[in-house]
Amino acid sequence: MNRFDYVRPTSLAEAVAAAAMPGAAYLAGGTNLLDLMKGGVARPERLVDITRLPELNRVERLDDGSLRVGALVRNADLAHDQAFAATYPAVAEALLSGASAQLRNAATVGGNIMQRTRCSYFYDTASACNRRELGSGCDALAGENRHHAVLGWSPACIATHPSDFCVPLVALDAVVEIEGSKGRRHVTLEEFHRLPGEAPQRETVLEPGELVVAVRLPAEASAFASHARYLKLRERTSYAFAVVSAAAALVVEGGRIRQARLALGGVAAKPWRARAAEAALLGAEPGEAAYAGAAALALAEAKPSGDNGFKIELARRVAVRALSLAEAGTPARLPALPASVFASTTGARHDA
Amino acid sequence: MSLSISLTINGEQRDVELDDPRVTLLDLLRERLDLTGTKKGCDRGQCGACTVLVDGRRVNSCLALAASQDGAEILTIEGLAQGETLHPVQAAFIAHDGFQCGFCTPGQIMSAVGLIGEGQAGDDPERIREAMSGNLCRCAAYGGIVEAVLEAQRTIAAGNGADTRRDAA
Amino acid sequence: MTPDLNLSHTPAHRRQGSSIGQPMTRRDGILKVTGAATYAADNHPPDMLYAVLAVAAIARGRVASLDVAAALAHRGVVEVMTPANRPALALDPDAKFHPFMFRLDLLQNDGVRYPNQPIAVVIAETLEAATEGAALLAPRYETETARVGFEDAETFVPGGVGVGNPASQQKGDVKAGLAAAATRVEARYETPPQYHNAMEPHAIVASWDGDSLTVDTPSQGLAIAQGRIAGLFGLSPDKVHVRSPFLGGGFGSKGLVSGPQVLGILAARLVGRPVKLVLRREQMYGPVGHRAPTRQTLRLGIDSEGRLTALDHHALTASSTFDDFFEPAADASHTLYASPAIATAHEAVRLDTGTPLFMRAPGEATGSIALESAVDEAAWACGRDPLDFRLANYAEVEPMTGKPFSSKALRECYAEAAARFGWSGRPLAPRAMRDTAGLLTGWGMGTATFPALMFQAEARAVLKSDGRGLMETSAADMGQGAWTALAQIAADGLGLDIGQLEFRAGSSDLPDAGIAGGSGHTATAGMAIHNAGAAVIARLADIATADAASPLYGAGNEGVVARSGRLYRRGDESRSESYTEILGRAGLSEIEARGTSAADQDTREAYAMHAHGAVFAEVKVDPDLGQVRVTRLVGAFAAGRVINPRLVRSQYLGGMIWGASFALHEEALADHRTGRIQNANLAEYHVPVNADVPSVEALLVHEDDPYVNALGIKGVGEIGITGTAGAVANAVWHATGVRPRRFPVRIEDLLAGGGLG
Repeated sequence: MNRFDYVRPTSLAEAVAAAAMPGAAYLAGGTNLLDLMKGGVARPERLVDITRLPELNRVERLDDGSLRVGALVRNADLAHDQAFAATYPAVAEALLSGASAQLRNAATVGGNIMQRTRCSYFYDTASACNRRELGSGCDALAGENRHHAVLGWSPACIATHPSDFCVPLVALDAVVEIEGSKGRRHVTLEEFHRLPGEAPQRETVLEPGELVVAVRLPAEASAFASHARYLKLRERTSYAFAVVSAAAALVVEGGRIRQARLALGGVAAKPWRARAAEAALLGAEPGEAAYAGAAALALAEAKPSGDNGFKIELARRVAVRALSLAEAGTPARLPALPASVFASTTGARHDA
Repeated sequence: MSLSISLTINGEQRDVELDDPRVTLLDLLRERLDLTGTKKGCDRGQCGACTVLVDGRRVNSCLALAASQDGAEILTIEGLAQGETLHPVQAAFIAHDGFQCGFCTPGQIMSAVGLIGEGQAGDDPERIREAMSGNLCRCAAYGGIVEAVLEAQRTIAAGNGADTRRDAA
Repeated sequence: MTPDLNLSHTPAHRRQGSSIGQPMTRRDGILKVTGAATYAADNHPPDMLYAVLAVAAIARGRVASLDVAAALAHRGVVEVMTPANRPALALDPDAKFHPFMFRLDLLQNDGVRYPNQPIAVVIAETLEAATEGAALLAPRYETETARVGFEDAETFVPGGVGVGNPASQQKGDVKAGLAAAATRVEARYETPPQYHNAMEPHAIVASWDGDSLTVDTPSQGLAIAQGRIAGLFGLSPDKVHVRSPFLGGGFGSKGLVSGPQVLGILAARLVGRPVKLVLRREQMYGPVGHRAPTRQTLRLGIDSEGRLTALDHHALTASSTFDDFFEPAADASHTLYASPAIATAHEAVRLDTGTPLFMRAPGEATGSIALESAVDEAAWACGRDPLDFRLANYAEVEPMTGKPFSSKALRECYAEAAARFGWSGRPLAPRAMRDTAGLLTGWGMGTATFPALMFQAEARAVLKSDGRGLMETSAADMGQGAWTALAQIAADGLGLDIGQLEFRAGSSDLPDAGIAGGSGHTATAGMAIHNAGAAVIARLADIATADAASPLYGAGNEGVVARSGRLYRRGDESRSESYTEILGRAGLSEIEARGTSAADQDTREAYAMHAHGAVFAEVKVDPDLGQVRVTRLVGAFAAGRVINPRLVRSQYLGGMIWGASFALHEEALADHRTGRIQNANLAEYHVPVNADVPSVEALLVHEDDPYVNALGIKGVGEIGITGTAGAVANAVWHATGVRPRRFPVRIEDLLAGGGLG
């Protein structure tokens, strides 16, 4: 880890001012930034510790019915906030399926949104990585890439975004509140993360020095409370990044789907909102056939970026399953293994 | 540059002059304050061996900057027992052989103490397994760990004179 | 026929009031749960500096430059050790006098022969400065093409495999057996490189005092470590003090001194101050050993009765380019199943990796998953239940040698584990079971086996006039429970209640306890302790029975029994005397004696000695999405005398979970171009987490073995992996109909095999 200046501002304005210099980075939970610094992937010259800014630590219902979650709210606190979990169950389930209890106690809402890819070539500073160093190339492209992107990738970068939290958030039209030297602005989460294109080093729309101060869930997002799930496929039962994941949310009335939301995780450089799939579901009769059609649309543009073609079929199936689970309804209590395919089966005897 | 921070560690107020902002809470404990019970297994938040309680919450001390903990209350494995009397979680780990080599054990125990405090898992072994999955044990003493957490939780509940889990089933 | 051999007919465990066999909790338990147990990196001698390795990012080539000036300019950095200034050694690190003297990378030149090879050491006042100093070295390389996979490498037949076994062995005529078979099964299995990943990274705190050296470092074999270090530095071994009271896991990777540990000593030499060097997790993927990958081909012939006519097991494995360790995978087929014809053979390639090493059940684990899979395929091909098929091929004598087994309670293991698991009624065909949630459910089984090894050890026993006893041997506790199990043997050996015993271990200035490896430590060190106890009791008995004032006078050496701090006259227990009284009257403050142990070569010639077990596994697989979970494991094991059932059970459970991990999780993934391991961390190199193993049970099956050693101890540390890995693989097949041939099982293989959706 390089030496850095450590500053701990006491107000938001002070924080933004302190981070105006090039090479500055905001420090919140530290679970991703310190990891990157230890690996030499990030080498900030100044750390602006924002953990003492009380205004970023609140969850509040706004007059327009939206929910504003401060960027410093810890993942565990949000997931275990009963009102929050009851209203946005897929978000709580996604949060609890990520990382470990310890990490969730430290990691923040803003930090989760800002987390970097787990692409091993991004982490391996001896490898070429356009995301880390534009123009150096992408060693993942012909490398070990079974976990890499199948949607929205470019020859410059095939990394995926590792967040679970962001997947239901993007499905629910979450909005990111951003503070900068020019004031406050709002960007939808869908627009917040950028696809790599020719400039994978620009992962988000944040300008230098800008700070995520809150995430908002619009009033409409609460309509899905009774039919929203997150499903995360993993290579071990817990404490693992998603191979593929999906958040699904439905409003079913009179035997027809009136509203539908679907987003995929682990497939692209951003949480992947499947709008065409959602549109196809509107008015349809709930059921496997509709979900399969929607899932096919969600992956229509998918193509392997390497040895990962299986993820396309897998993502289709995960989408179908997530929609089926959403249709079945949000469980009264989150399962013991959140977002797991094994969520409901412990102790069940086989019945041949 | 020197940073002055003040921490409460295992109930004791500690004023620390940090000559280097890079020092993590883990390295502060281990290398500068001679509290070596907390272990470093990966230094990257991937194993849980460094788990301590910060203001009552279990966290990976390897991913926490010491400077950022100014004013915090830290509980480490060294502060858990009351004199010669082991904490119920410690006693239960011995009784259920919830460890072998012992290296991950301080982290497991602090994580279990944090888990019990969170009150989310109840007496469902599956929820305990999930909630303890941030603590790797290469000896794989996982079964004993779950049994130990369950027993310690019962002991603590009994000691508090109230069965807080009456409705948990 | 039982050969006439020198056996103990009064084993210690038959004594009344024995500590042996008791399920004591760990004697080091309080230290471990309070954080007071001191692991190597917990030491901090005054004036200590921190050393951090810089390691190679290439697999093959040379270091062209290091920016030593940049590192030295970093505040707090004291010194940078490179090939240019590394203190001299008395021995070439590449010297190899015997097969288990592995070549070390100690900055002897600028060459790079595997990724993560140490190329410099930065020494600083703080850990933070040393860590950054290492990063600032920014090495430049001259890179040569790395030899990464099996595909392009040239194969050869190694001179020997494992611990000096021949590369190929055979009995009978495999070709004829296959030709005569009614059913033939041929399959090729792939196993990946795996890394030990003990929770404790290799660490050393080294302090020089003139030409005396003290090191705190985890070691599974303290005398071997002491000798290796002494040899490298040209010191007499008594100048080297190795302390290793606790290891944070070893699994083979701390069996021999590794290069980074020696670099810590060199760094301390260079700066003239104590130095602590701890490997970073990612640095453990190279210089401290690994389990080599294999490609195994099995061919089985089966007659119309379901009996093997031939078993052919070929293993291709890999060593490094500069040293030899060959995973003896095919040797797993020597001991388990009866067949008139058996052939095992190994070939190898050389890759630009660190040298592979013993990793928990080296060869047995890799071979077992392939053999047990192939046997399962054979059972299915014959339409037989996997357990019935194994029983039909039960080996009454060791298949390869024809030797009788010293003991073998495998039938009982099969029966007890199958009953506990509820195996009967299992449908033969795959994809026949679903659970209430619709998950594919599969049941599989495997046979476990591991040789009962013994090495050499020595112990020193002391009886004191205050009635207390002392036992000393340099045993290593890496979690298996030496502090407890060996103390139990010591207490019985000294005829003392365990509370009266002081047990010293974990330091090289004690008598050599041999290596904690090969699942042979309890037997080896235990027998030395047992013999030391017997020897000091014999001395005490001599004193008492020769003393006219003693109630034991005249009883003769054969005529006393030691128990709870007293000697009793055999046959007349009203005549007894305490140790305190005997020593007090003789005016002795203490007496001592030594004992040694070694395998009895005559018995080993006559008998095949193995522990056995049976493991049954249930897996559940999502029928569309392919995620797999081991929902139940039941194992039953027979391994001779059990010193402490609590600890033994934990060893079995841990081993079984390693087996599940072998089948489903573990794999180091090297970039096929550079050879750099892309998942050299604990986030993406998956070892099981708590949620992976909801139900694991180990049953202890009674077994008396009068031949392995006087205590009747086999070994329990490694057997759990064997059998389990195959059982899980077979359960995946039974659930999905897709036969795993490449490990760990991947979702895409289940998808491609048509096992899903």
